[in-house]
Amino acid sequence: MNKKLLIAALALVAALIAPVYVYPVLLMTILCFAIFASSFNLLLGYAGLLSFGHAMFFGTSAYITGWLLKSSPISLELALLGGMLVSTVMAALVGLLAIRRAGIQFAMITLAFSQFVYFVLLQAHFTGGENGMQGIPRNALFGLIDVKDSFHFYYVVLGVSALALFLFYRIVNSPFGEILRAIKDKEPRVESLGMKPEQFKYLAFILSASLAGLAGALKATVFQFATLTDASWPISGEVILMTLLGGLGTLSGPMFGAAIVVILNDELAGLGEWALIAQGVILLVVIVFFRRGFVGEIAALMAKWKKPAAKSEVQATA
Amino acid sequence: MSEVAAPARAPTAASSADNILVAENISRRFGAFLAVNDVSLAVRRGSIHALIGPNGAGKTTCFNLLTKALPLSSGRISFNGKDISALRSADVARLGLVRSFQISATFPNLTLLENVRVALQATYGKAFHFWRSIAAVKDLNARAGELLDQVGLAGSRDLLASELSYGKKRALEIATTLALEPDLLLLDEPTAGMGHEDIEPITRLIRKVAEGRTVLLVEHNLSVVSTLCDRVTVLQHGQIIADGSYEAVSRDPLVRTAYMGEEDA
Repeated sequence: MNKKLLIAALALVAALIAPVYVYPVLLMTILCFAIFASSFNLLLGYAGLLSFGHAMFFGTSAYITGWLLKSSPISLELALLGGMLVSTVMAALVGLLAIRRAGIQFAMITLAFSQFVYFVLLQAHFTGGENGMQGIPRNALFGLIDVKDSFHFYYVVLGVSALALFLFYRIVNSPFGEILRAIKDKEPRVESLGMKPEQFKYLAFILSASLAGLAGALKATVFQFATLTDASWPISGEVILMTLLGGLGTLSGPMFGAAIVVILNDELAGLGEWALIAQGVILLVVIVFFRRGFVGEIAALMAKWKKPAAKSEVQATA
Repeated sequence: MSEVAAPARAPTAASSADNILVAENISRRFGAFLAVNDVSLAVRRGSIHALIGPNGAGKTTCFNLLTKALPLSSGRISFNGKDISALRSADVARLGLVRSFQISATFPNLTLLENVRVALQATYGKAFHFWRSIAAVKDLNARAGELLDQVGLAGSRDLLASELSYGKKRALEIATTLALEPDLLLLDEPTAGMGHEDIEPITRLIRKVAEGRTVLLVEHNLSVVSTLCDRVTVLQHGQIIADGSYEAVSRDPLVRTAYMGEEDA
């Protein structure tokens, strides 16, 4: 327990001094995608639902937040909440149609909706179409605190991310989260115990979309622009990559996955098209050799060290 | 809980009060195949009732119809006098009709305690509380522990269900089912795939949990049926061919023909 506290304290110190040494925008990008990947992880890792269209929540929210900030003197946190709210409502509608389907059907329905949303965003006037939305201002936080400077803004993003990730942690470790894990394990059994699995999956879908929306809203304020890329299917694919790379269904795995992918994209940016190929190769290696993902494999190794010999037989059957 | 039916009542009133579950002319069709054909069945309150029959007789389909896991093609089912024909299984579970599964239906990646707690959560009213810590349902741990104790698993509450042996998984499943305090327990082949050493304890366990409730089970093992059950219904080709005590049914010529060669299995 104390070890955990120590790790948390170290992480906190590292997070606080990081922008002194690392470009703040890169750090903020990592945080945004850590939230996004966690939102995806909530859905796939804990509820067993594979969404192929998570970019619709990310992208829409980015545009809504950007539009709110550009067109009104609204304070920053309200703009973020506004974007989040729209993606939440969107999920409530999409979920009505998608949630009764499972597996590949669910994935295809979410993809279809996501393409539809992409098209709407392309055609809508307020988004700026193919040019995207530029020059999104970072309005004052609570209407008081100036956060225009990226160095200062980093701490806002850090605080919001900490809240979001705590919310994710809370959901996963709540009474509701327990039922979700049971549904992922054996849905018909949950039904036979008198609960309606689709209601739980519906709520999980909405919660996941809110978090994805928050990630998109933050991203719009970090980069100060929103583009169609944010709502495009490669973003939906990238979040899957992050989650699998880090470790599906592990608490922190997808966050690490997000960091790895963001840093890789940054490092490989000079290679142009080759960056995608490198990403593909990495994903292939992970899927073939490290099925549990980065954090999943480390956790498995630690578990092996902790209970050697005696328990190893049990592990083999598990 | 389950009221003991008064022995002397007018026949019409008695039929609804004495029988916890009544199926009238239920059928289920899969395309052209009539898996269950016009079956009528009454399960007497407080009894242990078995549904038997040779392979492919439609037992499992019939079972799935009774638990509402499959919709009816035609017919009517009532439970405790209430028409449940149009309900789904989550609804009938809440009314007190809870089933187990032929393929062990535990949650493999949850601990034993969590397995039972999930079932307890069904009626606890906090299942949608995503903003609260799991400590919000801590109160349920004691009851979950009792239920595990009842089936002899109290010592392994923090193991993952996937780490249990087959027989113990069935016991865990029964504990999970009991968490809903069902009036009627439906067990789908509780001893299927079990070795001799597991059959005896599970039979004892079923007898124990049957106290104060009604049990309907589908079972292959006739020796289990003969020692456990008050009443036996025999299905063949989706239809009932006999109904009565084990002794009466086993003397029935139709049943003997249906089971020819399987009698001593």
